[in-house]
Amino acid sequence: MKPLVVEKAQAEKWLEELCRVFDVFCPVKVKGDLYQWGRLGKKGLPRIPEGVPKTTIKTFFFPQPEVLFEFGARPGLKDAFRLKEPVCEKRPRLLFGVRPCDARSVVLNSMPYEEDPYFQKNRDETTMVGFLCKDGCSTCFCTWTGGSPLGMEGMDLAVVELEDGALFLEPITEKGLGLLEFDFFREPTEEEEVFVKGLREKVNKDAEETSSRLRSKGLMDLYNAPFWQEVSDACINCGTCTFLCPTCYCFDIQDETLRGKGRRIRYWDSCMFPLFTQHASGHNPRGDKLKRVRNRFMHKLKYFPDRFGPVSCVGCGRCVRDCPVNIDIRQVLARMLEV
Amino acid sequence: MAMDNEIKMNPYLPYPAVIDDIIVETEDGNLKTFRLVLEDEKDRENWNHTPGQFAMLSIAGKGEIPIGIASSPTEKGSLLFTVNRAGVVTTALHKMNKGDPIGVRGPLGNGFPVDSELRGKNIVIIAGGFAFTTLRATLIYMLEHRDRYGKITVIYGARTPGMLLYKEELKAWQSRGDLDVHITVDREAPGWDGLVGFVPSIAGQVRPSPENAAALICGPPIMIKFTMPPLEEAGWKDSQVYLSLENRMKCGIGICGHCNVGPVYVCKDGPVFTREEVQKLPVEF
Repeated sequence: MKPLVVEKAQAEKWLEELCRVFDVFCPVKVKGDLYQWGRLGKKGLPRIPEGVPKTTIKTFFFPQPEVLFEFGARPGLKDAFRLKEPVCEKRPRLLFGVRPCDARSVVLNSMPYEEDPYFQKNRDETTMVGFLCKDGCSTCFCTWTGGSPLGMEGMDLAVVELEDGALFLEPITEKGLGLLEFDFFREPTEEEEVFVKGLREKVNKDAEETSSRLRSKGLMDLYNAPFWQEVSDACINCGTCTFLCPTCYCFDIQDETLRGKGRRIRYWDSCMFPLFTQHASGHNPRGDKLKRVRNRFMHKLKYFPDRFGPVSCVGCGRCVRDCPVNIDIRQVLARMLEV
Repeated sequence: MAMDNEIKMNPYLPYPAVIDDIIVETEDGNLKTFRLVLEDEKDRENWNHTPGQFAMLSIAGKGEIPIGIASSPTEKGSLLFTVNRAGVVTTALHKMNKGDPIGVRGPLGNGFPVDSELRGKNIVIIAGGFAFTTLRATLIYMLEHRDRYGKITVIYGARTPGMLLYKEELKAWQSRGDLDVHITVDREAPGWDGLVGFVPSIAGQVRPSPENAAALICGPPIMIKFTMPPLEEAGWKDSQVYLSLENRMKCGIGICGHCNVGPVYVCKDGPVFTREEVQKLPVEF
């Protein structure tokens, strides 16, 4: 689809128009360099920080918690499972300033969630305006995992920030095209086209075959590799990595009741926790820390690729940045590739 | 309540059902069989399962548990679940009465290949303790279609005579001419004139032939471990042996991540695997 350009001053008006239709979310500054996803606050164009915000956009597709359904919970209530779908009138959502790794995470999570009606409904109701990366952070490694700083997978509209603050807009989907039905735009100049093309050519996708190399390795060779002991020694099983990871998607389901009304909810769970796999009998197939740490990395880098193709990691580096004991998935990946 | 088709397709929604009957199976009272009837005629008509599959039983406010379906799909109109009292939901279930409402989500998982690989084979069913439930479903199904299978041998053991499940049916099966049934208990007990000994040693004595045969084994891991050597000695291969795995589960449809054993999900890819398949996986079950 044909790209368009919006000047900085016009971009603010464009965003105002979008706010009439959508609930708009963007990375919001908390303090210093700390950004989290939140509702677009003050008027004007938000500054999209380099790299990724602390929190991920999985919360918009896999909310914390998701109400699966509601039910009557008085003892003996005849219609306990005459269920009611939760009614929640929402405006469509627009995520403004999604980095390519995070946009791609939604595509990857959609694979296991293909038949999950809640996830897919949230996806339908969300439009993603992605901001392509010209610089990265020291913890970025999207090109190792099949992504690219200029990747557009999962986005509806891809944005490149031009030198003068104007935005180069490339619609990817019909939804993205719909965002451009205003008079704020002009055709890109030849120089602008050359600039964006130049960025693309600089991207190095040398590690694109990571997933196929991992797929070709023996399951039990990786599972029984000696380095898991060393990797897990430092781990304190805090689960930070799983909660910050855009492609960690495990959940628990629980019932909540209050005054005769109940709801079944699902919320984020973590394979780092011993209770995650504990049977009612007390038996625990992943009772050891080593097994849990190994499961997290093996799931992302072997089990998921074996099942779906790509690795379940987008190289955003959040787990590297915030692990309290400095476990680095890049080192684990490198060691797995050596097996 | 009328629900449109869209929401009926939601795999997280249980079918409303009611407890039609409760049978206390064992002398310790910890195992009960619940007969459930789906409330909506449409749901009853659409329900179809394969022996070996399981379902999530839902108690409003308590949660869900995965339980193997103990009835055969040929037993129309109701579903049987034999439940061991162990955790929060099963304890709540054990306190429930006839007529109480319950939810059923399923059927889930793959089941035993009764209409494919197992057809035309001699079948050996080996079970220990309360793991007999989905094998009861399988056996009832096979007896209903007796001509599709060769010789059927059943080896079933429990700690004591009072801990055996489905006692009336066991008697009936023992008196049938077309079934070879071996019921055993761990130790001598007053009034018990049947076999005495652990399941593995009985399996060694019976020594079923592996010729055109398949073995379906469900029981505690220790029983399965010691049952394999006598079978292997008789010439059985891992590819002829079917096992049913168990793991903690939440969604039952291969998403939530709780039940994985390496790259496979017990809930979606299993619970039934050949021993050959299981041997290639990490021991995380």
